[in-house]
Amino acid sequence: MENDLVLRVVGKLLIPFILLFALYVQFHGDFGPGGGFQAGTISAAAIVFYALIFGLDKARRIMPDRLVEAMLASGVLIYAGVGVAGLLLGGNYLDYFVLDKDAVHGQHRGIFWVEVGVHITVCGVMLKIFYMFASRGQDGEE
Amino acid sequence: MSSLSAHLPALQVVLPLLSAPFAVLLRHGGFAFGIVTAGAWAAFACAIGLWLQTGEAGIISYHIGSWPPPWGIEYRVDRLASFVLLLVSGTAAIVLPYSRASIEHEIPRELHYLYYAMFGLCLAGLLGITITGDAFNVFVFLEISSLSTYVLIALGRDRRALAASYRYLIMGTIGATFFVIGIGFLYLMTGTLNIVDLGERLRTVEDSRPVLAALAFITVGVSLKLALFPLHQWLPNAYTYAPSAVTAFLAATATKVSVYVLIRFWFSVFGETLIFEKLPLPQILLLLSLAAMFAASFIAIFQDNLKRLFAYSSVGQIGYITLGMSFDSVNGLGAAILHLFNHGITKAAIFLLIGGVVLGLAKNSAVPNSRGVPAGAVPPAPTFDRLAGLAKRMPLTCFGIVLAGLSLIGVPGTAGFVSKWYLILAAMEAGQFWIVAAILLSSLLAIAYVWRFVEVAYFKPAPEGTTKQEAPLGLLIPAWLLVIGTIWFGLDTSFTVGTATEAALQLVKAGR
Repeated sequence: MENDLVLRVVGKLLIPFILLFALYVQFHGDFGPGGGFQAGTISAAAIVFYALIFGLDKARRIMPDRLVEAMLASGVLIYAGVGVAGLLLGGNYLDYFVLDKDAVHGQHRGIFWVEVGVHITVCGVMLKIFYMFASRGQDGEE
Repeated sequence: MSSLSAHLPALQVVLPLLSAPFAVLLRHGGFAFGIVTAGAWAAFACAIGLWLQTGEAGIISYHIGSWPPPWGIEYRVDRLASFVLLLVSGTAAIVLPYSRASIEHEIPRELHYLYYAMFGLCLAGLLGITITGDAFNVFVFLEISSLSTYVLIALGRDRRALAASYRYLIMGTIGATFFVIGIGFLYLMTGTLNIVDLGERLRTVEDSRPVLAALAFITVGVSLKLALFPLHQWLPNAYTYAPSAVTAFLAATATKVSVYVLIRFWFSVFGETLIFEKLPLPQILLLLSLAAMFAASFIAIFQDNLKRLFAYSSVGQIGYITLGMSFDSVNGLGAAILHLFNHGITKAAIFLLIGGVVLGLAKNSAVPNSRGVPAGAVPPAPTFDRLAGLAKRMPLTCFGIVLAGLSLIGVPGTAGFVSKWYLILAAMEAGQFWIVAAILLSSLLAIAYVWRFVEVAYFKPAPEGTTKQEAPLGLLIPAWLLVIGTIWFGLDTSFTVGTATEAALQLVKAGR
């Protein structure tokens, strides 16, 4: 689809807004529907959209496989790291109350980082699955 | 920072869980091995600490996120949980060092770090199932451990490993779905997910139809995962084609943790009155257990592949565990818990030793080149025609398999004898002497299949030009640690029998 001018222009226009919308869903998750999981899929959708229009190779250049794999792992680490931070600050595992002097503020801070972790991992998983399906027969596998 | 010992329940799961993403980030087999092994050893240390704590303080309750139960997720360690935690983390701590030498020939090198990551996740999942006091959390950890198990099995060199893994995926997913449907019904009726809270609130509604449906779904779902006799179809192939280290780890832990889930839901949630007095469940379980003990052991005798033989033997041995559960007595349940542990270490020892045999066969059959075993070559299966005179080639390995085989049969002086002894005591206490006879008769079948190995390995002449070629020490030492364990727990029973009895007492007291 690389030669389709309309798609290319519209795609380039839309992708920043898709990413922005992902951030909106991410941060509005505290007050309405949304959160890290949904936001992660939306931002992965932006990359998938890019790959559909400009080709898998170009998408892999901006989001290399190594980066995607690192995203998978680091999201989980951020999530678990929030739990460990609670431990280190004298609370139980995943205790958000101790993350700030003000307990309610601590809860906000805790869930914020947890959702960041969820976003990164979900986005990574979506891209990994997409890459694996899209590259079948290209990488010399079967 | 508050004292470490108060946070052991969280660390028990978090440390192996953290090791997995680190292994992925490092992207290097050696580093991944180091960090996952460290995680497993730390988990083992936590399990020992928890076992000591439950010995003094009884039940430990840990509130995740400082939300008190039943609102928050509670980690709850009683005697039974700490016993299973010891088995799971101990096996992982022994199998992981073994993996280093073993997967070198079974898994392409660029996938090693993923193997260790999956192993860490699987371990975290199994430990999580055991330690959590929240019914939905059990499901989450069940999925974590199951999904990583499917990957671990599919890593086997043989192409049939993929099919075996897929079959297990289908069966396991059905089991997990049934389980979560059951939990949904329970939540519908009680409005709580905390296991202790569920147990208390169910008393008022236990005769209602949704609760019975929940019981049915959970029992069938978990029975699929623990490979209760007619639902065991996924197990033989999965054990046969998985990499050796994976087979050993799964045989010792995965089905055992599922048995633990069944015990937990029957005794702590639904309660004995419902299970054993109002419903014909004990009779059904008794029949299925006997069927497993005889049919699966009988099928085992006719297997040609050594790994498959012992896989069927596992199905049979699970029959003894569920048989103990069906008696509804402290002794019966104690014997079940005891056999869960004893059979776990025995089977792990056997599969680790078979891993050495497989490696030896691969080395003998492959055309030697600079890289050892050629990539892509399927290692020859340990079928009996290839094992003739094996004792000449690998005396230590064979001797180990024979010793662990004696424990499967239940010869005095081995761990298997102790648990069968208590099982027989429980049967006599229940006044059912025909079950005693059945236990003894089915042990004869175990003699038959262990003898097949002995006959081929010791009495068939070895092929011409056989030289002594023992498995490398990296494989022998972990395997022999477990073999010594089976003998040790057969002679000194204070740890195993003591803990199992205490665990059974705690459960039976709470379930009435």
